[in-house]
Amino acid sequence: MPDAARLEYRNVTMRFAERSGKGRLTAVRGVSLSIADAEVVSLIGPSGCGKSTLLNIGSGLTAPSEGEAYVDGQRVAGPNAHVAFMLQKDLLLPWRTVVENVMFGVEIQGVPPTERRRRAQNLLEKFNLAEFSGHYPHQLSGGMRQRVALARTLAVDPHVLLLDEPFSAVDAQTRIVLQRDLAKTLREAQKTALLITHDLLEAVTLSDRVLVMSRRPGTIVDEIRIDMPQRDDPLARRADPKVNAYVARLMDRLDIAHASLEQPPAGDAA
Amino acid sequence: MNDAMRKGAGASAALLIVFLAAWQWGPGLLGVPAFIVPPLSTVAREFVFAWQVDHLLLHTLVTIGEVLAGFILGSLLGALFGYLLGMSPTAEVALSPYILALQIAPKVAFAPLFILWMGFTVYPKILVAILIVFFPVMVNVLTAVRTVDPDLINLARAFKATRAQIFWKIEFPTSMPPMFAGLRIGATLAVVGVVVGELVGGNVGLGYLLTFGEGQADTPLVFVSIVMLTFVGAIAYLAVILIERRVLHYLPARAIGGNL
Repeated sequence: MPDAARLEYRNVTMRFAERSGKGRLTAVRGVSLSIADAEVVSLIGPSGCGKSTLLNIGSGLTAPSEGEAYVDGQRVAGPNAHVAFMLQKDLLLPWRTVVENVMFGVEIQGVPPTERRRRAQNLLEKFNLAEFSGHYPHQLSGGMRQRVALARTLAVDPHVLLLDEPFSAVDAQTRIVLQRDLAKTLREAQKTALLITHDLLEAVTLSDRVLVMSRRPGTIVDEIRIDMPQRDDPLARRADPKVNAYVARLMDRLDIAHASLEQPPAGDAA
Repeated sequence: MNDAMRKGAGASAALLIVFLAAWQWGPGLLGVPAFIVPPLSTVAREFVFAWQVDHLLLHTLVTIGEVLAGFILGSLLGALFGYLLGMSPTAEVALSPYILALQIAPKVAFAPLFILWMGFTVYPKILVAILIVFFPVMVNVLTAVRTVDPDLINLARAFKATRAQIFWKIEFPTSMPPMFAGLRIGATLAVVGVVVGELVGGNVGLGYLLTFGEGQADTPLVFVSIVMLTFVGAIAYLAVILIERRVLHYLPARAIGGNL
């Protein structure tokens, strides 16, 4: 099984220098996880538990203090063309049109111009954005911008998508539409994804598995396999009563009922 | 053009007429002698005379040339240092006390020194303009490079961008709007730098014409020089705004540079 994993973390620990400059702060401790090809796994946990740190390690932007990450069995030693990430912020460049923004990644990777444009146009058509390809980002709604960001992420044809709360900044209705688009795309393109989210329902409806992290130092305290069909149709899953049982279990594992707002994680560093 | 703009433009034109009328007849009505405030018609006659006899066009063109050279060189140097210091915290820490000292020193005070060094040529004037344009451009570019969203840089890095790609595809375009804000300030300051240089020493340029008029007690000529200097400054400012509108065309429809 480990050999078939698309994305794998082996005993990853991450420590940061504390802001006071004195001690070291452990953000993530001994995290091991493995995601198979075309599998979608969500990661949930209290804020500051190091979820985003894991994502940065997976994309090769930061090196872990201990342990290592692997993509397709290759150790991650820096940014990797097979991994692409998407954040809550759309990070669209205001001076580029929609189609130019979608081409940003492939352009950096040196894909020839005609091939770049072909890929971008295909993705824009798929996401119903073809008529906006010449628009600038400020002319689009938040949901459309996030869809452009998703197209940019897919344009580099990555094996693994790392998604850090990609829809948490859009309104509830747009979020449902974007979740449906993402679920469909991930299934059609057979992509592997690690999705960080605060939205328990989103985790349950979009994933094959949900991993629960503890407060800092973040470790994985539970793994829940979502035993439901239609991973490509979150709306159908929402309608399934089984969802409630999963959400209840996640709430229980996160201890949300007993959590109080008076206990923020000391010196937040998400 | 909306209603507010139409009304504003109308009021603006009316103000101009009131101002010109006050200039023409105000001094006479208030008993101000013509050698203190010459009326509009006298200044207009002086303009024609200066054009025909005093080589007004030549003086204006020399001043424009100096402003242009000082503005372009000062902007290029300012942008260059802004990018270099923005990308190298070490260089910024090392150089910032000296840059700050030079920024605090009144640049026009260097004019006599430059004239001592370079004589009654165009170079001291250009040098004062360079010095004075340098800072607003440098500071704006430096701040822009410093405040680029780190997530944008990480996005590019995740796509395996090289350092040069990060600069040309992210940092450089991000710095454009603040850089143009600096250029707009620089365009008007360049005229100040050049005029001070011409006032201090020389025999050509609108600043020279100004001191020449003063020496002759030729108040209308002084007025003509001031009007021409304002004209040169306005042209420089408008040129920057026109370029800015083309370069920053992607920004939301807010009028760049307001209505000016």
